Amino acid sequence: MKDYETIIGLEVHIELNTNTKLFCSCSTEFGAMANTNVCPICMGMPGTLPVLNEKAIELAVKAGKIFNANINTTSRFDRKNYFYPDSPKGYQITQMDMPICSGGYYDIEMEDGKKRINIDRIHIEEDAGKLIHLKEENISLVDYNRAGIPLIEIVTGSDFRSADEVILFLKDLRAILQYTGISDGKMEEGSLRCDVNISMRAKNSMDLNKKVEIKNLNSFREVYRALIMEEEIQEKLYAESREDEIKEETKRWDETLGENIPMRSKDDEQDYRYFIEGDLLDIHIEEDFIKNISEDIAELPNLRRKRIIKEYNIPIMQVDILMENKIYIDYFEEVVSYGMDSIEAANWITVDILRILKEREITDAIPINPSYLAKLINLIKNGDINRNVGKKILDMMVDINKDPETLVQEMGLIQISDIDELEKVVGKVIVDNPEAVDDYKKGKSKALGYFMGQIMKATKGKANPPKVKKILERKLDEIK
Amino acid sequence: MDVKNLNIKDIQNGYMKKDFTVKEVINGYLDSIEKEDEVIGSFINIDRKSAIKKAMTVDEEIKNKEDINGLMGIPIALNDDVCTKDMPTTCGSKMLEDFTSPYDATVVKKLKSAGAIIIGKTNMDEFGLGSTTENSFYKTTKNPWNIKKVPGGSAGGAAAAIAAGFVPLALASDNDGSLRQAASFCGLVGLKPTYGLVSRYGLISPTSSLSQIGIMSKNVEDCALVLEIIQGSDSMDSTSYKAKKNKDYTSKLKNEIRGLKVGIPIESFNENLDPEIKNKIDKIIDILSDMDIIVEKFSMGNLENGLLTHYMIMSAEVSSNLSRYDGIRYGYQTKNFNTMDELMRNSRSEAFGEEIKRRITLGGLILTSKYYDKYYYNAKKLAEEIKRECINTLKFYDLILMPSSPVLPYDIGMEIKKPLDIYRSKLYTVIANITGLPSMSLPCGFSSNGLPIGLELMTDYFNEDKLLNMAYHLRKKLVNTPGLEEL
Repeated sequence: MKDYETIIGLEVHIELNTNTKLFCSCSTEFGAMANTNVCPICMGMPGTLPVLNEKAIELAVKAGKIFNANINTTSRFDRKNYFYPDSPKGYQITQMDMPICSGGYYDIEMEDGKKRINIDRIHIEEDAGKLIHLKEENISLVDYNRAGIPLIEIVTGSDFRSADEVILFLKDLRAILQYTGISDGKMEEGSLRCDVNISMRAKNSMDLNKKVEIKNLNSFREVYRALIMEEEIQEKLYAESREDEIKEETKRWDETLGENIPMRSKDDEQDYRYFIEGDLLDIHIEEDFIKNISEDIAELPNLRRKRIIKEYNIPIMQVDILMENKIYIDYFEEVVSYGMDSIEAANWITVDILRILKEREITDAIPINPSYLAKLINLIKNGDINRNVGKKILDMMVDINKDPETLVQEMGLIQISDIDELEKVVGKVIVDNPEAVDDYKKGKSKALGYFMGQIMKATKGKANPPKVKKILERKLDEIK
Repeated sequence: MDVKNLNIKDIQNGYMKKDFTVKEVINGYLDSIEKEDEVIGSFINIDRKSAIKKAMTVDEEIKNKEDINGLMGIPIALNDDVCTKDMPTTCGSKMLEDFTSPYDATVVKKLKSAGAIIIGKTNMDEFGLGSTTENSFYKTTKNPWNIKKVPGGSAGGAAAAIAAGFVPLALASDNDGSLRQAASFCGLVGLKPTYGLVSRYGLISPTSSLSQIGIMSKNVEDCALVLEIIQGSDSMDSTSYKAKKNKDYTSKLKNEIRGLKVGIPIESFNENLDPEIKNKIDKIIDILSDMDIIVEKFSMGNLENGLLTHYMIMSAEVSSNLSRYDGIRYGYQTKNFNTMDELMRNSRSEAFGEEIKRRITLGGLILTSKYYDKYYYNAKKLAEEIKRECINTLKFYDLILMPSSPVLPYDIGMEIKKPLDIYRSKLYTVIANITGLPSMSLPCGFSSNGLPIGLELMTDYFNEDKLLNMAYHLRKKLVNTPGLEEL
């Protein structure tokens, strides 16, 4: 019945991966105590002036190249004037008329082929501080740690036709940002925030109808739900020929209510009184600078995925788990580079390492030296330790940064593979458990497991399982 | 001791010859301020204690020295928009009444390390907006030549302080001629360097593209020396000039100037020019010719457009530059509020004066998307034209000469009644702010009722050496020309 199509465009704000802020030398570290990463410049003290962080230009140009945009050799900063306590100068330094990158595109891969998303522009701007409203005490607090953190804003064309397409794009975008070091892309820390605008029109028409903007969406789930909810509302109005009731307005997503709350209509939109930022010079970018950055762009995630699949012969599901975070896949490739079997390495990382990270709530790095994991895999392969001991060692290595070989030595965990010694242990366990012998004779396969457990217990887990199993079966069969 | 007429050379020679100590000199100035500034009203804050302490340190330092350089032991005042971490910086506003900056401006660091002693901060029109210093929240400064008259402004406090002999030197901002017009009203030398030659870091300027820190002094030599100290590129100011090498101005002062070409815009002699000033400029033209300077009149079609252009751009920038004063992080905070919005609105309404409000309102309006093209964009376009015209002119002339002001110092009380009329006193000086060109005001005699008259020289970018060179010779000639009633 659908005679209408959905038109969606995005404005994505991305915190750049710089050590210092856009116009001063304060740290950009997330999670510091409120108002500790501040200085007279980012606090907007009288008489201070901004000095541009060149790293931000580098990262913005990199983003421009990745999204096939024109890098404007001359660009300029403007002031966006508005009063709000999160804005220490009473204006935000941004780029209005002359952004650093303009034009560009990105192809998302849909089931039925590629779809081109146009990029209107990418510009650089500074982030604002953060307000915390304490409702009960009826006060508001402001934290300026975030004020002045460099952002790029990527503005897409209105090329999306569904929330699914948007999510596909955003997931690719986040991966690209992480893989190329432009941003950590952590949505939970606000490193990637999204404004969406959505409208509908009769299919195949070129109409530009009233659109609703939904601001500050902080997760894929929020983006998706906000779009679906708004789409439903508009769809219903169009279906009932009540589309006149759609208002051009700005909304915000309320996660607890699960709906979009109107903030202001287009008529109330404030005039930001943009004009040239006279405290900064125009940005002039040399061709050589652009060339050097282009050459320096890391392998993009979609290409890397293809290469990993081809090169390592591991299941696609595992490839996707490893690709979820650049840290995982980098780690994987490094472990493999020590000559380890890729399947083993992938198993250890996607199962055990990820479990450890989850248990310990580690997000930023894998706390085990990749060469140690390689050695651990080797120890198991050579039969020096068994798999269970290996897992214990792995856990230990998170806390004690030591070579697994050393740990195994120190803890006396070398696997018992000596036949005579194993014979003795197996013999004793059989003698000590006559009921289990009976069970075994009655054909209960569980009994074998029980014996294995007892033997492992007696050897503190050090017995070589295949060897034990062989000896055990032989001895049990010898009993009449 | 009597310090009234000393210049840098006199003071430093005295130190060398042990005629007096730094402490004695500083005390001399501080005493005269204490005795006489009640009437003049030039200072907002004086830091007697640390000035004396610093003087004693310098005394100790130079005790065994054979030569004194830089600004060792030289007292200096700062217009109260230059940030100092050991003294309040009020900008002449209630908004910053209790404000002390957490850092020193770049020029302050340079002054301090050159051995200068900052004795206090001088009165100014609130945030540099005004032409008479009457827009100060704190006091009305009087012109020492006639206390019924204004000292000019916004940097009127600094000008009055030097003219009254309270201090030999001052740094001040020049946004529209604020420094040069005040220098001319008080019979002083005032230099606004090329935009970017002196770091603006730590200058609380009402505008970003028009403002520049400059120097006020009694003579050209002092001005040149101070410029040598405060000039230079600064990593804290993106708009500062990336100079390869700083220039030496003092040694070039006496260079030959015969044969230089000076252009005078005919438009500067219009019906609005005070006849006494016109008369004085005519005499200067004769004197220059006597000095083998080639003087020609030329037409500068855009001269009259400068004021309006400047007023638009300045108001726009003011509306944005003064946005940070919202009562939240520093400065005046209203007690009268229930919401965040009221906190910001009422703090600003209660602490800003009339002129500030006028400019913010106008500036805010012309930046709205409705009026941007008509006013702001056109003003910027006109500013480019004015710049082009000046640069072209300076291909033919070494210097452009105009009166510093078309009028003599006003009576106190006029600005409040007719702010726009008073702004006309900046008719000539704004050109250097719009273009960023270096410009200097020099005393060139007195009116019949004994008020100082100034002339303005302007030259090409970063040619301060040429400007100072010319100024030096012209002043020397004027002082030695009978009948000019020189200072």
